Amino acid sequence: MKILQVRYFAWMRTRVGTGAESVEAPDTVRDVAGLMDWLEGRSPGHAKAFARREAVRIAVNQDYVEADHPVAEGDEVAFFPPVTGG
Amino acid sequence: MAVRVQREDFDPGLEMAALGKGRHDIGGVASFTGIVREEKGAGGISSMTLEHYPGMTERKLEEIEAEAHRRWPLEASLIVHRYGRLEPGERIVLVATASFHRKAALESCAFLIDWLKTKAPFWKLEEGAGGEQWVDAREADDEAAARWTKDA
Repeated sequence: MKILQVRYFAWMRTRVGTGAESVEAPDTVRDVAGLMDWLEGRSPGHAKAFARREAVRIAVNQDYVEADHPVAEGDEVAFFPPVTGG
Repeated sequence: MAVRVQREDFDPGLEMAALGKGRHDIGGVASFTGIVREEKGAGGISSMTLEHYPGMTERKLEEIEAEAHRRWPLEASLIVHRYGRLEPGERIVLVATASFHRKAALESCAFLIDWLKTKAPFWKLEEGAGGEQWVDAREADDEAAARWTKDA
Protein backbone atom coordinates (compact mmCIF):
# COMPACT_ATOMS: atom_id res chain seq x y z
CA MET A 1 0.00 0.00 0.00
CA LYS A 2 1.06 3.57 -0.59
CA ILE A 3 -0.57 6.66 0.85
CA LEU A 4 -1.15 9.41 -1.73
CA GLN A 5 -2.64 12.89 -1.42
CA VAL A 6 -5.00 13.35 -4.35
CA ARG A 7 -6.24 16.81 -5.40
CA TYR A 8 -9.02 17.72 -7.85
CA PHE A 9 -9.74 21.08 -9.46
CA ALA A 10 -12.52 22.69 -11.54
CA TRP A 11 -14.93 20.13 -13.02
CA MET A 12 -12.82 17.23 -11.79
CA ARG A 13 -13.52 18.49 -8.26
CA THR A 14 -17.25 18.99 -8.78
CA ARG A 15 -17.63 15.52 -10.36
CA VAL A 16 -15.65 13.67 -7.68
CA GLY A 17 -17.38 15.71 -4.98
CA THR A 18 -14.25 16.73 -3.07
CA GLY A 19 -11.14 18.82 -3.72
CA ALA A 20 -8.75 16.60 -1.79
CA GLU A 21 -8.58 13.07 -0.45
CA SER A 22 -5.93 10.90 1.13
CA VAL A 23 -5.98 7.42 -0.41
CA GLU A 24 -4.23 4.13 0.29
CA ALA A 25 -3.50 2.77 -3.17
CA PRO A 26 -2.59 -0.90 -3.61
CA ASP A 27 0.97 -1.79 -4.66
CA THR A 28 -0.32 -2.66 -8.14
CA VAL A 29 -0.73 1.11 -8.69
CA ARG A 30 2.68 2.09 -10.07
CA ASP A 31 2.02 5.12 -12.25
CA VAL A 32 -0.59 7.84 -12.72
CA ALA A 33 -2.46 5.81 -15.36
CA GLY A 34 -2.76 2.93 -12.87
CA LEU A 35 -3.91 5.36 -10.18
CA MET A 36 -6.63 6.71 -12.49
CA ASP A 37 -7.82 3.15 -13.21
CA TRP A 38 -8.02 2.48 -9.48
CA LEU A 39 -9.62 5.83 -8.52
CA GLU A 40 -12.28 5.37 -11.19
CA GLY A 41 -13.73 2.46 -9.20
CA ARG A 42 -14.13 4.41 -5.96
CA SER A 43 -17.49 6.06 -6.75
CA PRO A 44 -19.82 6.98 -9.63
CA GLY A 45 -18.46 10.56 -9.28
CA HIS A 46 -14.86 9.36 -9.73
CA ALA A 47 -15.95 7.27 -12.73
CA LYS A 48 -17.57 10.33 -14.31
CA ALA A 49 -14.53 12.51 -13.60
CA PHE A 50 -12.11 10.08 -15.26
CA ALA A 51 -14.40 9.08 -18.15
CA ARG A 52 -12.65 11.37 -20.65
CA ARG A 53 -8.97 10.78 -19.93
CA GLU A 54 -7.79 12.95 -22.84
CA ALA A 55 -9.36 15.98 -21.10
CA VAL A 56 -7.52 15.34 -17.80
CA ARG A 57 -4.26 17.13 -17.00
CA ILE A 58 -1.94 15.78 -14.30
CA ALA A 59 0.54 17.19 -11.80
CA VAL A 60 2.69 15.16 -9.40
CA ASN A 61 4.15 17.16 -6.52
CA GLN A 62 2.99 20.32 -8.32
CA ASP A 63 4.80 19.67 -11.62
CA TYR A 64 3.04 18.75 -14.86
CA VAL A 65 3.54 15.10 -15.85
CA GLU A 66 2.12 12.56 -18.30
CA ALA A 67 0.07 9.50 -17.31
CA ASP A 68 3.12 7.18 -17.42
CA HIS A 69 4.79 9.11 -14.56
CA PRO A 70 5.45 6.87 -11.52
CA VAL A 71 3.70 7.48 -8.20
CA ALA A 72 5.38 6.90 -4.83
CA GLU A 73 4.43 6.95 -1.16
CA GLY A 74 3.59 10.49 -0.02
CA ASP A 75 3.17 11.98 -3.50
CA GLU A 76 0.65 14.75 -4.12
CA VAL A 77 -1.18 13.88 -7.33
CA ALA A 78 -3.50 16.47 -8.87
CA PHE A 79 -6.08 16.06 -11.63
CA PHE A 80 -7.68 18.95 -13.50
CA PRO A 81 -8.94 20.10 -16.92
CA PRO A 82 -6.81 22.24 -19.25
CA VAL A 83 -6.15 25.61 -17.61
CA THR A 84 -8.19 28.74 -18.47
CA GLY A 85 -6.61 31.64 -16.57
CA GLY A 86 -5.45 35.03 -17.76
CA MET B 1 10.88 39.61 -10.37
CA ALA B 2 7.66 39.27 -8.45
CA VAL B 3 4.55 37.11 -8.56
CA ARG B 4 1.36 37.68 -6.56
CA VAL B 5 -1.81 35.59 -6.50
CA GLN B 6 -4.51 37.43 -4.59
CA ARG B 7 -8.24 37.88 -4.10
CA GLU B 8 -8.00 41.69 -3.91
CA ASP B 9 -8.04 44.14 -6.81
CA PHE B 10 -4.86 45.96 -7.84
CA ASP B 11 -4.05 49.39 -9.27
CA PRO B 12 -2.10 48.98 -12.55
CA GLY B 13 -0.76 52.56 -12.38
CA LEU B 14 0.62 52.17 -8.86
CA GLU B 15 2.07 48.73 -9.67
CA MET B 16 3.85 50.01 -12.77
CA ALA B 17 5.18 53.09 -11.00
CA ALA B 18 6.55 50.87 -8.21
CA LEU B 19 8.23 48.60 -10.76
CA GLY B 20 10.52 51.34 -12.06
CA LYS B 21 10.83 53.43 -8.89
CA GLY B 22 14.33 54.73 -8.23
CA ARG B 23 15.74 52.98 -11.29
CA HIS B 24 17.54 54.87 -14.04
CA ASP B 25 18.42 51.83 -16.18
CA ILE B 26 14.82 51.29 -17.35
CA GLY B 27 13.88 52.69 -20.74
CA GLY B 28 10.31 51.46 -20.79
CA VAL B 29 7.63 49.51 -18.95
CA ALA B 30 5.16 47.38 -20.96
CA SER B 31 1.98 46.03 -19.42
CA PHE B 32 -1.12 43.97 -20.08
CA THR B 33 -4.23 44.16 -17.90
CA GLY B 34 -6.83 41.42 -18.34
CA ILE B 35 -10.46 42.36 -17.62
CA VAL B 36 -13.60 40.21 -17.16
CA ARG B 37 -15.61 40.57 -20.34
CA GLU B 38 -19.35 40.20 -20.63
CA GLU B 39 -20.04 37.59 -23.31
CA LYS B 40 -22.68 38.73 -25.78
CA GLY B 41 -25.54 36.34 -26.51
CA ALA B 42 -26.30 33.14 -24.60
CA GLY B 43 -27.79 35.28 -21.83
CA GLY B 44 -24.45 36.94 -21.03
CA ILE B 45 -22.47 36.19 -17.90
CA SER B 46 -23.25 37.84 -14.60
CA SER B 47 -20.01 36.87 -12.91
CA MET B 48 -17.05 34.54 -12.94
CA THR B 49 -15.19 32.58 -10.27
CA LEU B 50 -11.49 31.82 -10.69
CA GLU B 51 -10.14 28.71 -9.00
CA HIS B 52 -6.41 28.07 -8.60
CA TYR B 53 -4.00 25.52 -7.14
CA PRO B 54 -2.32 27.29 -4.18
CA GLY B 55 1.39 26.58 -4.27
CA MET B 56 1.59 25.20 -7.79
CA THR B 57 0.05 28.34 -9.31
CA GLU B 58 2.68 30.60 -7.73
CA ARG B 59 5.44 28.17 -8.71
CA LYS B 60 4.35 28.01 -12.35
CA LEU B 61 4.06 31.79 -12.57
CA GLU B 62 7.60 32.12 -11.13
CA GLU B 63 8.90 29.61 -13.70
CA ILE B 64 7.24 31.48 -16.57
CA GLU B 65 8.64 34.76 -15.29
CA ALA B 66 12.15 33.26 -14.98
CA GLU B 67 11.84 32.01 -18.57
CA ALA B 68 11.04 35.56 -19.76
CA HIS B 69 14.18 36.82 -17.97
CA ARG B 70 16.24 34.13 -19.71
CA ARG B 71 14.92 35.15 -23.13
CA TRP B 72 14.98 38.96 -22.81
CA PRO B 73 17.23 41.43 -20.97
CA LEU B 74 14.67 42.56 -18.36
CA GLU B 75 15.39 44.88 -15.45
CA ALA B 76 12.15 44.09 -13.60
CA SER B 77 8.85 42.25 -13.99
CA LEU B 78 5.59 41.67 -12.17
CA ILE B 79 2.71 39.22 -12.50
CA VAL B 80 -0.45 39.77 -10.41
CA HIS B 81 -3.32 37.31 -10.89
CA ARG B 82 -6.60 37.39 -8.98
CA TYR B 83 -8.79 34.49 -7.90
CA GLY B 84 -12.29 34.23 -6.44
CA ARG B 85 -15.50 35.83 -7.69
CA LEU B 86 -15.19 38.61 -10.27
CA GLU B 87 -17.82 40.72 -12.03
CA PRO B 88 -17.66 41.93 -15.66
CA GLY B 89 -15.39 44.99 -15.88
CA GLU B 90 -13.17 43.83 -13.01
CA ARG B 91 -9.44 43.33 -13.51
CA ILE B 92 -8.19 39.70 -13.48
CA VAL B 93 -4.50 39.85 -14.32
CA LEU B 94 -1.60 42.27 -14.68
CA VAL B 95 1.66 41.52 -16.44
CA ALA B 96 4.33 44.24 -16.48
CA THR B 97 7.89 44.10 -17.79
CA ALA B 98 10.61 46.72 -17.61
CA SER B 99 13.71 46.88 -19.77
CA PHE B 100 16.40 49.19 -21.11
CA HIS B 101 14.85 48.64 -24.56
CA ARG B 102 11.19 48.84 -25.55
CA LYS B 103 11.38 45.74 -27.78
CA ALA B 104 12.39 43.47 -24.90
CA ALA B 105 9.66 44.94 -22.67
CA LEU B 106 6.89 44.62 -25.29
CA GLU B 107 7.84 41.14 -26.52
CA SER B 108 8.35 39.64 -23.07
CA CYS B 109 5.00 41.09 -21.90
CA ALA B 110 3.19 39.34 -24.80
CA PHE B 111 5.13 36.14 -24.10
CA LEU B 112 4.19 36.18 -20.41
CA ILE B 113 0.45 36.55 -20.96
CA ASP B 114 0.43 33.93 -23.74
CA TRP B 115 2.32 31.37 -21.65
CA LEU B 116 0.40 32.19 -18.48
CA LYS B 117 -2.90 31.40 -20.21
CA THR B 118 -1.84 27.86 -21.12
CA LYS B 119 0.50 26.95 -18.25
CA ALA B 120 -0.64 28.59 -15.00
CA PRO B 121 -3.20 26.50 -13.05
CA PHE B 122 -6.31 28.70 -13.04
CA TRP B 123 -9.83 27.67 -14.04
CA LYS B 124 -12.77 29.93 -14.84
CA LEU B 125 -16.33 29.10 -13.79
CA GLU B 126 -18.85 31.31 -15.56
CA GLU B 127 -22.21 32.03 -13.96
CA GLY B 128 -24.87 33.19 -16.39
CA ALA B 129 -28.62 33.09 -16.88
CA GLY B 130 -28.30 29.41 -17.83
CA GLY B 131 -26.46 28.44 -14.64
CA GLU B 132 -22.80 27.67 -13.97
CA GLN B 133 -20.35 26.43 -16.57
CA TRP B 134 -16.61 25.70 -16.55
CA VAL B 135 -14.88 27.55 -19.36
CA ASP B 136 -13.23 25.31 -21.98
CA ALA B 137 -9.61 25.86 -22.96
CA ARG B 138 -9.34 27.66 -26.30
CA GLU B 139 -7.29 26.36 -29.21
CA ALA B 140 -6.39 29.96 -30.09
CA ASP B 141 -4.64 30.28 -26.71
CA ASP B 142 -2.59 27.14 -27.40
CA GLU B 143 -1.59 28.56 -30.79
CA ALA B 144 -0.63 31.88 -29.22
CA ALA B 145 1.58 30.07 -26.68
CA ALA B 146 3.06 27.77 -29.35
CA ARG B 147 4.40 30.67 -31.38
CA TRP B 148 6.89 31.36 -28.56
CA THR B 149 8.00 27.72 -28.54
CA LYS B 150 9.24 28.03 -32.13
CA ASP B 151 11.44 30.92 -31.05
CA ALA B 152 13.11 28.86 -28.32
